[in-house]
Amino acid sequence: MELIYAVLVQPFVDMYLDPLIFIETVIKGLMAGVLYSLVALGFVLIFKASGVFNFAQGVMALFAALTLTGIMEYMPDGLPKWLTVIVALGATVVIMILLAVIIERVVLRPLVNQELIILFMATLGLSYVLEGAGDLMWGSDVKVLDIGLPTDIWDIGGVYVEQLDVTAAIAAGSLVAVLAIFFTKTRIGRALRAVADDHQAALSVGISLQQIWVIVWSVAGIVALVAGIMWGSKSGVQFSLSLIALKALPVLILGGFTSIPGAIIGGLIIGLGEKVVEVFWYSVHGGAVENWFAFMLALAFLMFRPQGLFGDKIIERV
Amino acid sequence: MRLSKASIAIAAAGVIAGAAWAETARADYDSYTVPNLVYRTGAYAPNGIPLANGFIDYFNMLNERDGGVEGIKVDVVECETGYNTKVSVECYENLKNEGQSGALVFNPHSTGVTYALIPKASEDKIPILSMGYGRTSAADGTVFPYIFNFPATYWSQASAFVKYVGEKEGGMENLKGKKIALVFHNSAYGKEPIKTLETLGAKYGFELMLLPVDHPGQEQKATWLQVRRGKPDWIFMWGWGVMNQVAIKEAAAIRFPMDKFIGVWWSGSENDVAPAGPAANGYLAGTMHAPGSNFKALEEIKTHVYAKGNGAGEEARVGEVLYNRGMLEAIFTAEAMRNAIKIHGTKDIRGEHVRDGFEAIDLKEADFDRLGLKNFMKPIKITCENHEGDGPIAIQQWDAAAGKWNIVSEWIEPMHDVVRALVKEDAAAYAKENNITPRSCS
Repeated sequence: MELIYAVLVQPFVDMYLDPLIFIETVIKGLMAGVLYSLVALGFVLIFKASGVFNFAQGVMALFAALTLTGIMEYMPDGLPKWLTVIVALGATVVIMILLAVIIERVVLRPLVNQELIILFMATLGLSYVLEGAGDLMWGSDVKVLDIGLPTDIWDIGGVYVEQLDVTAAIAAGSLVAVLAIFFTKTRIGRALRAVADDHQAALSVGISLQQIWVIVWSVAGIVALVAGIMWGSKSGVQFSLSLIALKALPVLILGGFTSIPGAIIGGLIIGLGEKVVEVFWYSVHGGAVENWFAFMLALAFLMFRPQGLFGDKIIERV
Repeated sequence: MRLSKASIAIAAAGVIAGAAWAETARADYDSYTVPNLVYRTGAYAPNGIPLANGFIDYFNMLNERDGGVEGIKVDVVECETGYNTKVSVECYENLKNEGQSGALVFNPHSTGVTYALIPKASEDKIPILSMGYGRTSAADGTVFPYIFNFPATYWSQASAFVKYVGEKEGGMENLKGKKIALVFHNSAYGKEPIKTLETLGAKYGFELMLLPVDHPGQEQKATWLQVRRGKPDWIFMWGWGVMNQVAIKEAAAIRFPMDKFIGVWWSGSENDVAPAGPAANGYLAGTMHAPGSNFKALEEIKTHVYAKGNGAGEEARVGEVLYNRGMLEAIFTAEAMRNAIKIHGTKDIRGEHVRDGFEAIDLKEADFDRLGLKNFMKPIKITCENHEGDGPIAIQQWDAAAGKWNIVSEWIEPMHDVVRALVKEDAAAYAKENNITPRSCS
C-alpha cells in the first residue's frame, strides 16, 4: 500500500506543493532534451542519407570541440576574443568538411554496395581512429571552452534558468530550421532525400553518391561541432564527451532514425521524462535512474510504434 | 682420508653461511619491476595522466640521481586500463611475474579494481597500494595482509568532514537537525562512505541525503534539482573525472555556497575546478598532502628528469594536486622497498618482502625533510595490524583568482573510535565469508 502511494500519489502531491521546483524541473528537462537532440540530429542526417548508423557521431562531437579549443589555444595573444572565436570556428568547420571528404574517400567509397552492418562496423573503427587522432593532436587534458556564450542564470520568480541552456535551445531550433529548408527547398537537399529513398534509383538519374555522402557527413560534422560546443561549455572539453552519444540512442529510438523533427521531439520527451521521474519519484527508486529510464521509455514506445514517433513505416510486400 | 661427521657438518654450515653472506653482499637483479595500472586514455584520462606522470617521474628521478632504489634501477611498467576493471585485471595477470623481481607492488588507481584484485594479490603475495582509496576495511592488516590504503580511508575522511562541519557549525551538538547531502559516483568507490555517514548521522542527529550519479556524470541536472528541492546545509561529493567538473558547475548554477561543498580528495584537483572558472571560487576538498610545487623533491624531479628532456608530461604541471599524489605513491613504494631490503638483508626482494616493508613504514617529520617534502604531510606509521595509519586530513580551498589550492583547516584527526569499530566489523564479515583466519600480529 505504501509503495502504491509512493508511486501513484506522493509525486503528484509534491508537484502541487512545490510548483517552483516542478516548473524548474520541466524547464531543465526540456533544455537537457534539446542537448540530447543536438547529438541525435547528427545520427539522423547520416542515417537518412545512407541507412548507416554512425557509431562515431559522439566522437565527432568530441573531435570537433577538441579541434576548436586546440585552435583557440594556438591563436596569437592580443587578438580580440570575437576574432579568435570566429577564426577558430571557421577553421574547425573547414577541418570537419575535410574530415568528411577523407571519410568518404577512405572509409565509405571502398564499401559501396556492402552490407549495412559492414558500414556500421566501419564507423565503429572510425570512432577509435578519431578518438586517437584527437588525443594525439590535442592531448587528453580537460580544456576549458569559452567562446563567449552566456553562462549566468536568470532567476525568474525563484525558478532558475541557465542562459547556456537557452542558447543551446536557440541553436538547436535554428539548426533544425536551416536543415528543414536545406532538405526541402534546395536541389542538393532533394538529391539527398532521393539517395536516402533509393541509392540505385538516385544513381540512375545521375545523382553522385560520393558527393552526397561528403555533403551529409560535412553537415553531420557541423552539427557535431554545435553539440560539442554546448556540452563542452558545461563540462570542459574532455574525452567523456564522446559518451554523449549514449544519450542520443533512446532519443533516436523514440523519435525515429530518419526524422529530424523526431530527433527534436524525442529529445524533449526523453529529457523531460527522465528529469521528472528522477526528481519526483526519488523516494521510490533512490536516484540515478536517468540513464536506464530513458531507454525504458524508448522501449515502451517501441512496443506501440516500432518505427519511432516520426520514423518511416516499413511496409514489405510479399 | 675419511672425514668425520663433525667436519662435514662444519663444512656444510660454512657453505650455507657463505651463500647467505653472498646473498646480502650482491644482488642478482638488474632492476626492480614496479607495474603501474594507468589510464592515459578514455573518459578518466585527465585525472589518470597526472597521477601516472608523478609516479614515473619520481622513479626516473631516483634512477638518475641514486641509480634506483639501493643502487638497483626501478623499471616502472605501465599498463593502460582506460579505467576498465576487466582490462585492469588482465594487466595484473600479465604483469605479476614481469622482470626478475616479479611485480613488487600494484597501484590499481580504482576502487572497483582494488576490490577485484584483493583475493588475487593476497594469493600471489603481491602488495596492493590503494593510497587513499579502495576497500576501507582493508585497513585491518590481520584480514587483508597484502592490501594497504594509508594515509587514510574513505571512512576516516568522511568522519573528518563531519568534524569539520561540526566545527563550522559551532560544535558537534549543532549538527542535530542539519541535512548533509552526499553526491556520489554510483560505483563501489562512490558508495564507500555511506555506511560511515549513516552511522555518524545516527550519532549526531543529522539527516543524510543520498544522491547517486551514474558514470560518467556528464549530465547531472536531476541530481542538482534534488539538491534544490532537499535544501541540504552541506554537500559532500565522492566524484571522479567529468562528474566533478559538472557537479561544481551545477552547484554554481543553483547558487549553492561553495564553502559548504566539500569534495573527497579525488574531487579536489585543478582539473575539477577549471571548467567552472570563477564560479568555483571557495570550493572545498579533502587532502592528504599539501598542494603546490614548492618542495625540494619536485625540484629534484625537474633537475634530474625534466632538464634532461625525460619528463612524462609538461614541466609546468609538476606540482598539481594529482601529480603530487602520484609522486607520493612512488615515494611510499620506494620507502617500502628500502625497508624490505633492510628487514630481509637482501636486495633480491619480492612482493612478500615489500609487504613487510610497507608494514614497517614509519615516516616522521625528519624523514619527510630527508625526502625533500618538508611540511608536505603529517607523519605516518603503518603496522601489521593497521594498514591505514592514523591519517590526519586537511581541507583545502580553491582560490579561483590566484588559480591555486590553499589549506584552510588544521589537520583533522578522523573519528577513530567510530571508524575502527566499523572497519573491524566489516573485515570480520569478509574473513567469515571467505574462510580467512586472521593472522596474528603479536
